[in-house]
Amino acid sequence: MPEAPTRASRQSMPEQAPADRITNFNEVPLGYSTGQALTEASRCLQCKKMPCVAGCPVAVDIPGFIALVKAGDFAAAARKIKETNCLPAVCGRVCPQESQCEALCVLGKKGESVAIGRLERFVADFEREGNLAEKPTVSVPTGRRVAIVGSGPAGLTAAADLARLGHEAHIFEALHEMGGVLVYGIPEFRLPKRILKSEVEALQDLGVTLHTSTVIGKLDTIEDLMTEEGFDAVFVGTGAGLPTFMGIPGENLLGVYSANEFLTRSNLMRAYDFGRTDTPIAHGQRAMVVGGGNVAMDSARTARRLGAQKIILSYRRSREEMPARAEETHHAEEEGIEFHLLTAPVEFRGDENSRLRAALLQKMELGAPDDSGRRRPVPIEGSEYEEPIDVVVIAVGAGANPLISSTTPGLEVNRKGYIVTDEETGATRGDRRHQPPRRLRWRRHSHRLRHGNRGHGRRPEGGGGNGQVSEGGVTSPPGPR
Amino acid sequence: MKTIVAKEEIAPQTYRYVIRHPKLARKRQAGQFVILRMHEGGERVPLTIVDSDPEAGTVTLIFQAVGHSTQELAELGVGDKLLDLAGPLGKPTHIENYGTVCVIGGGYGTAPVLPIATVFKQAGNRMFGIIGARTRDLVILEKELGEICDDLRVATDDGSYGVKGFVTDVLAQLLAEGNKIDFVLAVGPTPMMRAVSVLTKEEGIPCMVSLNPLMIDGTGMCGGCRVEVDGQTKFACVDGPEFDGHLVNYHLLMKRQGAYKHEENMALSVGSHCKIGLDD
Ligand SMILES: Cc1cc2nc3c(=O)[nH]c(=O)nc-3n(C[C@H](O)[C@H](O)[C@H](O)COP(=O)(O)OP(=O)(O)OC[C@H]3O[C@@H](n4cnc5c(N)ncnc54)[C@H](O)[C@@H]3O)c2cc1C
Ligand SMILES: Cc1cc2nc3c(=O)[nH]c(=O)nc-3n(C[C@H](O)[C@H](O)[C@H](O)COP(=O)(O)OP(=O)(O)OC[C@H]3O[C@@H](n4cnc5c(N)ncnc54)[C@H](O)[C@@H]3O)c2cc1C
Ligand code: SF4
Ligand code: SF4
Ligand code: FES
Repeated sequence: MPEAPTRASRQSMPEQAPADRITNFNEVPLGYSTGQALTEASRCLQCKKMPCVAGCPVAVDIPGFIALVKAGDFAAAARKIKETNCLPAVCGRVCPQESQCEALCVLGKKGESVAIGRLERFVADFEREGNLAEKPTVSVPTGRRVAIVGSGPAGLTAAADLARLGHEAHIFEALHEMGGVLVYGIPEFRLPKRILKSEVEALQDLGVTLHTSTVIGKLDTIEDLMTEEGFDAVFVGTGAGLPTFMGIPGENLLGVYSANEFLTRSNLMRAYDFGRTDTPIAHGQRAMVVGGGNVAMDSARTARRLGAQKIILSYRRSREEMPARAEETHHAEEEGIEFHLLTAPVEFRGDENSRLRAALLQKMELGAPDDSGRRRPVPIEGSEYEEPIDVVVIAVGAGANPLISSTTPGLEVNRKGYIVTDEETGATRGDRRHQPPRRLRWRRHSHRLRHGNRGHGRRPEGGGGNGQVSEGGVTSPPGPR
Repeated sequence: MKTIVAKEEIAPQTYRYVIRHPKLARKRQAGQFVILRMHEGGERVPLTIVDSDPEAGTVTLIFQAVGHSTQELAELGVGDKLLDLAGPLGKPTHIENYGTVCVIGGGYGTAPVLPIATVFKQAGNRMFGIIGARTRDLVILEKELGEICDDLRVATDDGSYGVKGFVTDVLAQLLAEGNKIDFVLAVGPTPMMRAVSVLTKEEGIPCMVSLNPLMIDGTGMCGGCRVEVDGQTKFACVDGPEFDGHLVNYHLLMKRQGAYKHEENMALSVGSHCKIGLDD
C-alpha cells in the first residue's frame, strides 16, 4: 500500500459536465460539500505572518475564517469574512483568487495553495441557505450623509463600510437593478443573480438606502447631491462602462455587438429567456468573440448557451498573455470554444441587408514588449482569411463613461477620462467648490477601499472603474493614469 | 412616484400619459427622454418627455402602441404604477434664435416636437409647423402646436385632412411661397427625417433630427444605439438624440432599427392588438 499523504490535496470543485451545462444558464461549479470544505480547511497552516491576507484587496482575515471552518462553525466563519467583505458569496465566485489571496499562500510555493475562494463561497452559501445571517452591528449614527454613485462592487463595498461606521449611505444606480457589472455583465452561470440579490439585501439591513433608475449627472448632478440633497460627501464608483469598438469597417452591421450590449441583453434583460422576457438577442449559428479577458470568455460561453453551433474566439496575442482567469479559459475550452490565437479582425462583411456574414481575420506575430510588459502583436501582411460568422461580440476593453465628468464642473480627469484622485485619500482634484464644510474621517478606510476595489478591477476587462472614498468632497476611482 | 395620474387616447392607438415624478418634472429639458419598464422581465422602453408640470410634479409622455411593449403600456390605466422610470436622458435641445424655425413632426414624432417648438418660440423665433400623418385620425397635437406656431400646416398621405402628400411637399410649398426658413427640426419615422434632410440640404437650410435607434440602458454603456453621423459612430442616447440631419447615415439607422423584426413579431403574435406600422 502506498504511504498515506501527510496533507490532503487541494479539493477540486464538482461542476456541471460541459455537455449538460451548455444547454442551460445554471451555475457551472456546484460548490464544496461539507466534507470537502473541512478537508480543504485542514490544509491551511495558519501562518502567523498571514501572507495570503496581503493578497486580498479587502484584507479578509483568511486564517481566522479558515480556523472557524476547520472547527465546523461555518456561520462564525461567514461572520468573520463579513467583518471586511460585504460580498463573500460574490467574491468567492468571481475574485481572481489565483492572482490575489491564493497567489501569496505559502502552500502555493510548494504546490497547491489553499482554495481560499472556494472556502469563502462555501461558508457564504452555508450562511445564506441556512438563513443564519445575523443582523449586523453598526456604529452610533454620525449624522453624516454620503451619496454613492454606482452600485458595482466598489459602490456596494463603500456603502457597507460607511453604514457600519454610522454614516447614512445612499446608493444611486442608473440601471434598474443593483450590482453594476455583477448584474449586467457577469452571466448567471458564473454568478447567479439571486446570490447577488441576497448580498445586496444585506446592505439594506445595514441601513443603506438604494435608489435605482437614478442617473447622476442627469437627474441630479454631483453638485445637486451636495447642495440640494444635502450630502456631506459623494463617492463616485461608476465603473468603466464605456464600450470600446475597434474602428474597423463593418462594425455597425447587424449582428455586431459590444460585449456590454450582448451581456446586458442576456443578463440584465434576461434575453436568454425570451418569450418569458421581452428583450431580444441575436442567436447566431456561427459566433465570434474578439478579446481574451473574462469578458470575452463570458461572451463566448453565453453565445454557446444561446445556441451557436460554432464559436470562435479571436485574440491578438498568444495564450500566455490572455488576461482571463485560467479557470474561465479552461471552462470555455471545455465548452468547445475555438481559440484563434494571434489573430485580429480587420473587417466585418455584411450581406445586402446589412447583416453580418463574415469577418476578415489577420494573423499576428509577437514583437517586442510594449508598455504593459506584454509582447506587442504585429500584423503579418497578406495573412488575411475570411471566417463566415453571423454574430460578433467585441470584448476588447472599456473606458470611462463621461456622464459624471461632463456634468461636474472643475472635476479633473486624465487623458483617458478617468477621474484624477489623490493617491492617499482618494479625494478628487481640481476645483474644490464641491468640498463640504465639514470633513469626514475617511482616511483609514479610503486606503482599503481603493485597494479593495482595484482587486475587482483588473484591466482590461473593465477595470480602472473602481471607487474609493476620501475626506469629504467628491471621491472616485483610481483610473489608469 | 411613477404613478399614472391621467390617461387619454388622443388618436387611435396613441396615448397621452401624465406620470408623477416630481424631480424629473423639475429637471427635464426639451429634447430629453425617459426609459421606462412596466414589469419584471419587461423591455426598457424609451419615450420622449413631451411636457412637464413642475408644480404638480408630473411629466407627460405620448406614445403610439406599435409593438409588444407599447401595447402593454397602453393597457395600463390611471392609478397604475410603472416599475421603473429613468431620466431625463439624452442631451437637451440646443436652443438659439435662428430667426425663423420650422418644426416638422411625423406620426408619433409630432409629440417630441412639441416641447422643442415651445422652447424655440420662447427663444424668440418665428415659428412654422408641419404635422404629417397617414390619415386624418392620426393627426395629433394640432391645437397645442397651433398655439405655438405662427403658421401650422398639416399633410396627410391620403388627403383626408390638410394637404394631400408628405411633410416635404408642404415644406417645399412654404419655401415656394417665398418664406425664408433659417432652421428646420424634424422628428418622425426615419424615412421622413431622411426626406426632410435631403430637401433642406438642397435648400441650404440647417436641419436637426431626433433619432430613435433601439436602446437598452440609455446611459452610453452598451453602444446598441449607435448611429453614424458624418462617418463617425455616435451613441444616440448620450451624444444625441438630436443630430445634424444632413450628416446622418439613414440607411444604416433603418437597418439597425429593424434588427429584431422577427423577434418583435413573435412577441407581438402573443398579444391581441392590431399593429400600426411606423416606418415603411
Ligand atoms: C463580463 C465581465 C466579467 C468580469 N469578470 C470578472 C471576474 O471574474 N473577476 C473580476 O475580478 N473582475 C471581473 N470583471 C471586472 C469587474 O466586474 C469590474 O472590475 C468591477 O465590476 C468594477 O466595479 P465597479 O464597482 O468599479 O464598477 P461597475 O461594476 O462597472 O459598476 C458601476 C455602476 O455604476 C453605474 N453608473 C455609472 N454611471 C452612473 C451614473 N452617472 N449615475 C448612476 N449610476 C451610474 C453603472 O450603471 C454601474 O451599475 C468582469 C467584468 C466584466 C464586464
Ligand atoms: C430617444 C427615443 C425617443 C422616443 N420617443 C417616443 C415617443 O415619444 N413616442 C413614441 O411613441 N415612441 C417613441 N420612441 C419609440 C419607442 O421607443 C418605440 O416605439 C418602442 O420602443 C417600441 O417598442 P414595442 O415593443 O412596442 O415595439 P417593437 O415590437 O419593439 O417594434 C414595433 C415596430 O416599431 C419599430 N420600432 C421599435 N423600436 C423603435 C424605435 N426606437 N424607434 C422607431 N421605431 C421603432 C420596430 O422596428 C417595429 O417595426 C422613442 C424612441 C427613442 C429611442
Ligand atoms: S481575494 Fe477575494 S477570494 Fe481572496 S480572500 Fe479576498 S475577497 Fe476572498
Ligand atoms: S498563507 Fe495559505 S496556509 Fe498560510 S494562513 Fe494563508 S491560506 Fe493558510
Ligand atoms: S442605449 Fe446603450 S449606449 Fe445608448
